[in-house]
Amino acid sequence: MDPVKYLKSADLMSWLEELARENKVFAPRYEGDAVIFAPFDPKQEISIKHAATMPPKKTVFPQSEKLVDFTYSKDPENLSRILIEAKEILPKGTTVVFGSRPCDVRGFTMFDRVYLAEKTTDVYYKARRENTSFITLACEKPETTCFCHWVDSSPSDASGSDVLATPIEDGYVLEPFSEKGQKLLTSSLLENGERWILEVKDVHENAAGFLANAPDLSQAPQKLLDVFDNMEFWENAAAKCLSCGACTYLCPSCYCFNITDETTGMKGTRFRSWDNCMSAQFTMEASGHNPRPTKAHRLKNRVGHKFSYYPAIHDGVISCCGCGRCIKSCPVGIDIREIVQEAINHEPAIGKE
Amino acid sequence: MKDKNHYLPEMATINEVIQETHNIMTFRVTFNDPQVMENFTFQPGQVGQLSSFGTGEATFVINSPPTRKDYLQFSVMRTGEVTSKLHSLSEGDQIGVRAPLGNFFPYEDMKGKDIVFIGGGIGMAPLRPLMLYMLDNRKDYGKITLLYGARSPVDMAFNYELQSWLEREDLETHLTIDAKYEGWQHTVGLIPNVLLDIAPSSENCVAVTCGPPIMIKFTLQALEKLGFKDEQIVTTLEKRMKCGVGICGRCNIGSSYVCMDGPVFTAAQLKELPNEL
Ligand SMILES: Cc1cc2nc3c(=O)[nH]c(=O)nc-3n(C[C@H](O)[C@H](O)[C@H](O)COP(=O)(O)OP(=O)(O)OC[C@H]3O[C@@H](n4cnc5c(N)ncnc54)[C@H](O)[C@@H]3O)c2cc1C
Ligand code: SF4
Ligand code: SF4
Ligand code: SF4
Ligand code: FES
Repeated sequence: MDPVKYLKSADLMSWLEELARENKVFAPRYEGDAVIFAPFDPKQEISIKHAATMPPKKTVFPQSEKLVDFTYSKDPENLSRILIEAKEILPKGTTVVFGSRPCDVRGFTMFDRVYLAEKTTDVYYKARRENTSFITLACEKPETTCFCHWVDSSPSDASGSDVLATPIEDGYVLEPFSEKGQKLLTSSLLENGERWILEVKDVHENAAGFLANAPDLSQAPQKLLDVFDNMEFWENAAAKCLSCGACTYLCPSCYCFNITDETTGMKGTRFRSWDNCMSAQFTMEASGHNPRPTKAHRLKNRVGHKFSYYPAIHDGVISCCGCGRCIKSCPVGIDIREIVQEAINHEPAIGKE
Repeated sequence: MKDKNHYLPEMATINEVIQETHNIMTFRVTFNDPQVMENFTFQPGQVGQLSSFGTGEATFVINSPPTRKDYLQFSVMRTGEVTSKLHSLSEGDQIGVRAPLGNFFPYEDMKGKDIVFIGGGIGMAPLRPLMLYMLDNRKDYGKITLLYGARSPVDMAFNYELQSWLEREDLETHLTIDAKYEGWQHTVGLIPNVLLDIAPSSENCVAVTCGPPIMIKFTLQALEKLGFKDEQIVTTLEKRMKCGVGICGRCNIGSSYVCMDGPVFTAAQLKELPNEL
């Protein structure tokens, strides 16, 4: 790997401008009360004090994206017959995301195991993932809702990222973690940063120090299966849930989608768009039968998928990166940490299964 | 190597439409690209996503057997948007197909065994390709019995071939309807009860069943009474599907995905899954 670089805070906007010449650059900024990732605009301030309200999920997995364009035309040989042509629409161009957080980008590693599986690679995701680089900011002071350290991560985790940027006095130390990352660090605005390495270590350790001890989650996958049929448990957990879906839309590792068609005249497009298992429609069948008829069934799937089913087929990796967004954004204060811990500590009633 | 785009349907033409019942239509389709048609292979039990562009996709079993290579057959029961749109199509119309998807019946493991097929309503569709495949490879299998039931004679699909099935010496066919019907010459009675009357021996036998949930429930009980073990019972599941390739997250039961790990499961495998059918 190339040496570590240093960027003066004063040069940050110029560096992003430089990057924006050849890439689409996204950076966090305020929109109303929320901090979201928006196309970089040198005239607008960026906001990197805390993790953004919305993770940069959409940069690789847009909220709605075109899959296939189709056109109808009349068969010249038989005018009563309609011919249809279907064409794939693959994403183009390179993107750089600045100011993502370790948990945000680790979310994509959860996607990767599903979307880049050998025999069923998702060509749309792959194109975007390969052409998007993440310059991730190490967190200096985790919030009370952060629990990345419960799930094998940390405020300075670089997994999935191309560059890890650690804020130190008056600047950032930039460490490359991939070839893509090295290429981003060639600007003349950057100087050698080796001499700051100890400061970087301090920042990382200091941040980790804010986090309380993590509980042992190794039993979570089995314990969640043990309470699968205990609907009382799940009804309690979901009692206040409004089925609004905020917890999944804001989640960096929620990857479910729907496919829908839209047509105007002789043309149309097949889209995919974010969908989520907290919605009653998600599993509703044509017959009216719904395998997850209540919000308790659906919350069970969200928690179960992340802490039990996903780990069962992906080497034990929990598909929650501990960003805490679902906790912060839930209008009724449902806390996934509590549910998982309650499941772990749940003792089956004596005499019952 | 370029990755395959799993979401891009292959264009196909409807060559034949058969009105099976008042709400079931069968489509025989061929891919427009002769090369694709030539190279297309699948296994009995696998499914396809049919596209009506502008409306959407829905999942159907390929119910022609792999041993008949000139077309793919899908039988579509009208239940909602996409199925209604498909019912408006006729010969010569274009359709998108994503196939084959999913797993298939373990027909290799069934070799040398007796087979009992138990189909209810549109549930006959997934059984058909396996049964025809076995009849095309008749010597590999023992006694083959079919019990096919529908609400009434007019609800019975595949009418045009039932007579030939009844006449075959190497296939024991029982047809049943729920209630008495003028002119009906076969059995009257609910599938699980008729099954108990026929009482196939469970010895070295595999039962393959598909149908509406309530029928499956009582059929499984009947099979148990007849001495069938869970490992000897094979069925197919229906879950709402979108991507068909294990990505969109819609069809999971715990950590199993019906579009990849199914739709075919043994009763033993189903018991291992979390209780969420
Ligand atoms: C593995 C498998 C094999 C199937 N084989 C057949 C078959 O051979 N013949 C047949 O007639 N039907 C079959 N079905 C059921 C068929 O897919 C549904 O009836 C159909 O999707 C309903 O679509 P719709 O748009 O008309 O209904 P709507 O109610 O308008 O459906 C809206 C949406 O829900 C989805 N959906 C609703 N119900 C189901 C369901 N039960 N299963 C899957 N998706 C659903 C549809 O994909 C659609 O996107 C099968 C289903 C599965 C999962
Ligand atoms: S489940 Fe909640 S805490 Fe975990 S990654 Fe998703 S939003 Fe963050
Ligand atoms: S929690 Fe639900 S919406 Fe999120 S990835 Fe899992 S199944 Fe999909
Ligand atoms: S954010 Fe809270 S209320 Fe909304 S669906 Fe999630 S758990 Fe339920
Ligand atoms: S249909 Fe998408 S995961 Fe099974």
